[in-house]
Amino acid sequence: MRLDAMYQEIILDHYRNPHNKGLRDPHEGEAHHINPTCGDEVTLRVHLEPSGASLDGGATVADVSYESMGCSISQASASVMTDLLIGRTVDEGMKMLDSFNELMHSKGQGEPDEDVLEDAVAFAGVSKYPARIKCALLAWMAWKDATVQSLEKQSADEEPRQAGAGPEGVS
Amino acid sequence: MTATEPGRLDAEAVRADFPILARTVRDGRPLVYLDSGATSQKPRRVLDAEREFYERHNAAVHRGAHQLAEEATDAYEAARATIASFIGAVPGEVVFTKNATEAVNLVAYAMGNAATADEPYRRFAVGPGDEVVVTEMEHHANLVPWQELCRRTGATLRWFGLTEDGRLDLSDLDGLINERTKLVALAHQSNVLGTVNPVREIAERAHRFGALVLLDGAQSVPHMPVDVADLGADFLVFSGHKMLGPNGIGVLWGRAELLAAMPPFITGGSMIGVVHMEGSTWADPPQRFEAGVPMAPQAVGLAAACDYLSDLGMENVAAHEHLLTEYAIKLLGGIDGVRIVGPADTVDRGGAVSFTVEGIHPHDVGQVLDDQGVEVRVGHHCAWPLHRRYQVQATTRASFYVYNTVADVEALAAAVREAQRFFGTAPAL
Repeated sequence: MRLDAMYQEIILDHYRNPHNKGLRDPHEGEAHHINPTCGDEVTLRVHLEPSGASLDGGATVADVSYESMGCSISQASASVMTDLLIGRTVDEGMKMLDSFNELMHSKGQGEPDEDVLEDAVAFAGVSKYPARIKCALLAWMAWKDATVQSLEKQSADEEPRQAGAGPEGVS
Repeated sequence: MTATEPGRLDAEAVRADFPILARTVRDGRPLVYLDSGATSQKPRRVLDAEREFYERHNAAVHRGAHQLAEEATDAYEAARATIASFIGAVPGEVVFTKNATEAVNLVAYAMGNAATADEPYRRFAVGPGDEVVVTEMEHHANLVPWQELCRRTGATLRWFGLTEDGRLDLSDLDGLINERTKLVALAHQSNVLGTVNPVREIAERAHRFGALVLLDGAQSVPHMPVDVADLGADFLVFSGHKMLGPNGIGVLWGRAELLAAMPPFITGGSMIGVVHMEGSTWADPPQRFEAGVPMAPQAVGLAAACDYLSDLGMENVAAHEHLLTEYAIKLLGGIDGVRIVGPADTVDRGGAVSFTVEGIHPHDVGQVLDDQGVEVRVGHHCAWPLHRRYQVQATTRASFYVYNTVADVEALAAAVREAQRFFGTAPAL
């Protein structure tokens, strides 16, 4: 019973048939995150499309793609996340991230807002197991890093270029 | 708590000594504790010893001349003697540390500090051209300190590889240990594979070139008879909490002449000879390595744990775990899709059984086991390079101790089958 509460059908579905898996171009930011307790990893790319002249919070998350190895929770979380984020603005995505982060740290007491988190509410049961929170958050944190990178790269591109001053970790 | 016949423990009687084993977990499931490789549970005798120290004799040891200080110091030094005797050593060769990790660091930092110490302490210095040898099966605690020592000093780190069946690959023993080798650091028993390493053979080769041998006994001292005189090693480290003792205490055993020639790691009160504003001299071992007010209540608790184990008989402890390990390998090995990472036989092998379940990540295996009350470790068990070597990201590990029973092993196997059922990976019958 408890297991069913944690491993919702939607989680197992995404685990078995992940969406948006496989690295794609174009992308501006790429982040590689590892869970040091179990060795789970995700490499995640973000492609943003500017809403106006420059990239900012109003930019659209045009694509999120990833390669990953890990448990059902980390894999399903990455898959659900890409479905949620693609097509949103960066600001909307960051709000979802905050909301999801809050849910994960709610120790099973959180009342997830389905309007904001949609399918990601299925992970509410994970918050009862402190050891698994990192699994659910792994891809989200990689998305945050890759997105910040994308925005920084854009602003660096706008400034006068200096030799060797490009941001690191962006391929 | 009796050994009814040689090689047999009355595990049910042992269990009665461990209050925690009577509790339930996850909505009323009986606790099946199979994570003693991470930390062991504590019998009442250990808890009582620690409590009695606090209630009757508590004072800062090796300080003050009042009655409590005398009693506390006596209890602390008596504990040292008991623990020394448990491993066949003399008390002066036993240094208390926080845990085995700190004990490894003590030696690594002493070697690092030797380069800038006064002349008599220089013999431990390492530098460019020198080599430190470890193995690919080491716990991070016996790997990272040596990586760091080499990085700081310019010495070179080398390592033994592993064979497919989970043993040390000794085929290049002669190449790896040579006239450049200063220290060989290795696990007595692997915390993942359960493999017991041929320490004597390696130590003999190392000593031929004047190299020192440090043995990580965190997984051996709690589980088998260990006598430092037979081992051939120069240093042995282990942790109290993995052998029924309290947290916060570990042991470094070292040959007396080596400890006497080693500079300190952590400095401060109690470890000094004379202190002037311009500089200080150091106390003799073991005090030289025990700066600050030491963990006397934990030492007393660990001594009680040694007594408890001695009463059971370490031969019996080893035989009991051997039986459980054999049974676990048989039951788990008989499940389709389960792969045991480590020796498939029980020769020179202790009671850590790590495995993968095809199609189910260890975190998910652990979750289903936990739901059944079966508490195991999942992940890389602080041995990441070992997992990389066997091309697995992580494993599930069951580890046994004196309070585990045949029924625990059966509960483990049943829970693994339940994980396969839950995730739909059970092979069709």
